[in-house]
Amino acid sequence: MIKAILIFNNHGKPRLIRFYQYFSEDMQQQIIRETFHLVSKRDDNVCNFLEGSDYKLIYRHYATLYFVFCVDSSESELGILDLIQVFVETLDKCFENVCELDLIFHMDKVHYILQEVVMGGMVLETNMNEIVAQVEVQNRMEKSEGGLSAAPARAVSAVKNMNLPEIPRNINIGDINIKVPSLSPF
Amino acid sequence: MPAVSKGDGMRGLAVFISDIRNCKSKEAEVKRINKELANIRSKFKGDKALDGYSKKKYVCKLLFIFLLGHDIDFGHMEAVNLLSSNKYTEKQIGYLFISVLVNSNSDLIRLINNAIKNDLASRNPTFMNLALHCIANVGSREMAEAFASEIPRILVAGDTMDSVKQSAALCLLRLNRTSPDLVPMGEWTARVVHLLNDQHLGVVTAATSLITTLAQKSPDDFKTSVSLAVARLSRIVTSASIDLQDYTYYFVAAPWLSVKLLRLLQCYPPPEDTSLRSRLTECLETILNKAQEPPKSKKVQHSNAKNAVLFEAITLIIHHDSEPNLLVRACNQLGQFLQHRETNLRYLALESMCTLASSEFSHEAVKTHIETVINALKTERDVSVRQRAVDLLYAMCDRSNSKQIVAEMLSYLETADYSIREEIVLKVAILAEKYAVDYTWYVDTILNLIRIAGDYVSEEVWYRVIQIVINRDDVQGYAAKTVFEALQAPACHENLVKVGGYILGEFGNLIAGDPRSSPLVQFNLLHSKFHLCSVPTRALLLSAYIKFINLFPEVKGTIQDVLRSDSQLRNADVELQQRAVEYLRLSCIASTDILATVLEEMPPFPERESSILAKLKKKKGSSKLPDMDDSRKNVNGSSEHAEDAEVASKPPQFLLEELISTDRPHPSSSATMLPTRTMVPSHTFTDNLSVNSAPSSGASLLVDVFSDFSSAAPTEGSDEHFPRFVCKNNGVIYENQLLQIGLKSEYRQNLGRMYVFYGNKTSTKFLSFSTSVSTLQLNVQEKPVDPLIEAGAQVQQILNIECVSDFSDVPVLNIQFRYGGTLQNITVKLPVMLNKFFQPTEMTSQDFFQRWKQLGAPQQEVQKIFKAKNQMDTDVTKAKLLGFGVALLDGVDPNPTNFVGAGIIHTKTTQVGCLLRLEPNTQAQMYRLTLRTSKESVSQRLCELLPPTNAVPPATAAPLAELFTATLIWSWDAISLHRHMTSSKRGAIPALKHSGGRTVVGA
Repeated sequence: MIKAILIFNNHGKPRLIRFYQYFSEDMQQQIIRETFHLVSKRDDNVCNFLEGSDYKLIYRHYATLYFVFCVDSSESELGILDLIQVFVETLDKCFENVCELDLIFHMDKVHYILQEVVMGGMVLETNMNEIVAQVEVQNRMEKSEGGLSAAPARAVSAVKNMNLPEIPRNINIGDINIKVPSLSPF
Repeated sequence: MPAVSKGDGMRGLAVFISDIRNCKSKEAEVKRINKELANIRSKFKGDKALDGYSKKKYVCKLLFIFLLGHDIDFGHMEAVNLLSSNKYTEKQIGYLFISVLVNSNSDLIRLINNAIKNDLASRNPTFMNLALHCIANVGSREMAEAFASEIPRILVAGDTMDSVKQSAALCLLRLNRTSPDLVPMGEWTARVVHLLNDQHLGVVTAATSLITTLAQKSPDDFKTSVSLAVARLSRIVTSASIDLQDYTYYFVAAPWLSVKLLRLLQCYPPPEDTSLRSRLTECLETILNKAQEPPKSKKVQHSNAKNAVLFEAITLIIHHDSEPNLLVRACNQLGQFLQHRETNLRYLALESMCTLASSEFSHEAVKTHIETVINALKTERDVSVRQRAVDLLYAMCDRSNSKQIVAEMLSYLETADYSIREEIVLKVAILAEKYAVDYTWYVDTILNLIRIAGDYVSEEVWYRVIQIVINRDDVQGYAAKTVFEALQAPACHENLVKVGGYILGEFGNLIAGDPRSSPLVQFNLLHSKFHLCSVPTRALLLSAYIKFINLFPEVKGTIQDVLRSDSQLRNADVELQQRAVEYLRLSCIASTDILATVLEEMPPFPERESSILAKLKKKKGSSKLPDMDDSRKNVNGSSEHAEDAEVASKPPQFLLEELISTDRPHPSSSATMLPTRTMVPSHTFTDNLSVNSAPSSGASLLVDVFSDFSSAAPTEGSDEHFPRFVCKNNGVIYENQLLQIGLKSEYRQNLGRMYVFYGNKTSTKFLSFSTSVSTLQLNVQEKPVDPLIEAGAQVQQILNIECVSDFSDVPVLNIQFRYGGTLQNITVKLPVMLNKFFQPTEMTSQDFFQRWKQLGAPQQEVQKIFKAKNQMDTDVTKAKLLGFGVALLDGVDPNPTNFVGAGIIHTKTTQVGCLLRLEPNTQAQMYRLTLRTSKESVSQRLCELLPPTNAVPPATAAPLAELFTATLIWSWDAISLHRHMTSSKRGAIPALKHSGGRTVVGA
């Protein structure tokens, strides 16, 4: 079973956290910190598994983001690595060249996509076409309900870019893009 | 077109996020968040009813704030309200908030349940999925109560959409984990299993996960899933990749489903149905074959997916442990991966090989990779991988390579990561003990451990070395010499001082003859370390000093002066002060005799499970120990319960540990040297005698400690212990919660005496305790036994046994007593077998062959072939045969690996001579046993007793016989004849070959 899924950036800022086993809020934050501490000091060419006492961390590092799955002994390590890849490729399809900013501003959407892949700690679907199809269904429903809320949509993207003058300075945009299909993950 | 329309968001949310990102400092961020929280709170509390959109926006902001690590203590109600919205997006965010932020014991669950109920009934698949997700993610008991009966119905209903079926299967799985009692499967079982045939592979994947979990709990109910799973797997494995287009992942057909199906099959033994079994074997072979094909893509995803299936197939092969061919292929495949450039594969290969090493079919094959593994230990850059290499070396270690492996681990220890040092120390200590043929090597190894990694040498390790030195008198002198030399180093670890103090205190006299290590030199050396040590070590040294006074009267004055000094007599530490005062006084007033009695050498320690092994198991949990293959059984991980997660996640191993440790003398008490004998190990049933009296069987003694370990835990039923008594006379024959029964027995000719010890393990007394022995063929005379056994006490009973004629029945001991008002009845088979009345007989090879020939009638000879249960170890086998009762004759059999023995069975009426021959075939891991006696019934009976197991594999005997006849061209009678003739110089005989390839050349 998957106990938790954590996504954080190179500085340890959480971008998505999802626990399938109950932990108090403090514990959750502590787990994130410790996981980041463990994962971030590892080179990129070492193995993608880290073993704890009764769990395993299986992770991948894409550009600015770490995707970490915490699993128990019932999961196949390579299988989970593939699952991370499926999840990231799906994000990439849904967001078109997904980048860290997409995860920040569309946290809810990322959650919905993840829900199509993992449910209650178990793998729900691994077929990318199926996952994308489900997301598209959701999207159509959202659009059909749009009405009033659809109007400010364009304004949002304007605001988003307008309010973020520091982005190009701090981060190399080319680096942010997770062009998954062409990226060797190691 | 992107599936997510990026623009369709909430403006307020985007602004808020941007604000946060613009904050220059942590303080500014907190301030901005608090402002927003206040704003949201006032909006929620305000009079004006919020519309759905605003609620959605605020709830989303709360989620973001939560992600940043701030506690959210309001908004739950608003989220619950969103659940009943008609709008999908509002419902969706409501469910998201609840599954992220609501824990299972929230008081809102009833409200949430209401919303879920409506959505499940809505027949709108999207809404149903949202509801099912919520149940699976929260998984509380209240939810299980409300929906446990509903979800199976949704799962198997004919008109349910595929996506809903998938969710329902996983939802049910989750509820089964959190509240198994609420999810009765009975009526649904067959239909759930049938889901393995579903058209939609997503449904099959989810169903496989569900069935795997259920099958672990009640394997019998889901037996039918095996054939379906094999069929499904076979279709996937043999399909061209285009058949399963959607589920083909980088040219690999349905890797996830394959992995899941292979996991499911690991819940069961190999299928008994032969066609099914061959179909499965075919699948596994195909998977192994595919690994050798050139990759269809250079992408790492392709190789990952392919290898995920491959590793799972190998795990299944190891789990079945029945097809030597597959096991060896698996081992070769893993061997290739050991040198793969991908770190992940090297890691996984090391991990899998670790379990492979414990299979008797592949242990040898694994051993061939030793150099690669040692190299990995030296060169891998990744500590995770090095750790695996250590585990594998530990698993593949046996007598043949133990020295090399221990040496490599010791040298790695010097540079090892701090995080794994303690574990390596434990492993080295265990291996050194387990495979010590030569105990000087063992002592050297442990002292090296202390030198290299003294800080990581736990108490258990140095206690153990002392226990072993005390129990084995052949190593005591060497140990004393070695610690004396080691102590001369200018800086030595405190643990070494402890070991040194203890050993010199006990055995310093053994080296005192050498002027370089005269008593005074020894004392001065120890005392030079005294001031650098901690209080417990000083206390130990003081005890060593008083022992010195007994051993070496010539240093008495010097030591008394030291004890008398203010720093001892007035030491601030009460323990040290007391010891100094008492020891000084003791040395002054006691006569030499009293001193010698009080300070006598320590008695041997009882042989129990090595405390180090227990420690390692405790440290590592269960999964890493190769001889405990829990990891295989636990296919689906530890079950997880919302209420008592801690108890449930505790591996069963731990409970066992605790049981063991309670009946083990506390190590600290066994290591301090109180000058009185109050701590002489109280009654032990284990064989102490053999420690001192039988050095020839001594080598196997410590091995026995390990093999006995599994029975150290209290187990019901006597039959498990029984077989071990074929080759030994003392030990625990029976143990349950209340009572432990130990035996000591001795036999002379046709008479035997058995001491039976009844130990009351409870804190209540046993009343009306009585026993009776029923036997058909033996004369047994029972001495009366005390009818009352006090709590924690032990009583002894003597049985006198006479063997009238050869017999096959086993006497049965019936025990009756009252415990807390209820009458307890226990029956135990007493291990009195025919071989107990053996008298070992030495004879020359000439005599032997003469008799062998005399006993050539077909009914006098019995033969059997059986499989080696454990490692085929010469010393162990020797010890067993000696325990069986025959004398071992060296140099009789031309093949030195064979065992030959002789003895006479004494009964009142007759004496029956018996010759025995045991031929090991290490390649096939088999033994052939041949027995010739003058009496047919005796031959039969003795043959039944060997090997001492409960279950002898009967069916396989016939084909196995060919194994031997094929390799053994020579006949024994020919050899004996040949010997006979050469000895009487009757001419030459042509060369004869035998299995070992050695040639016996005629003179």
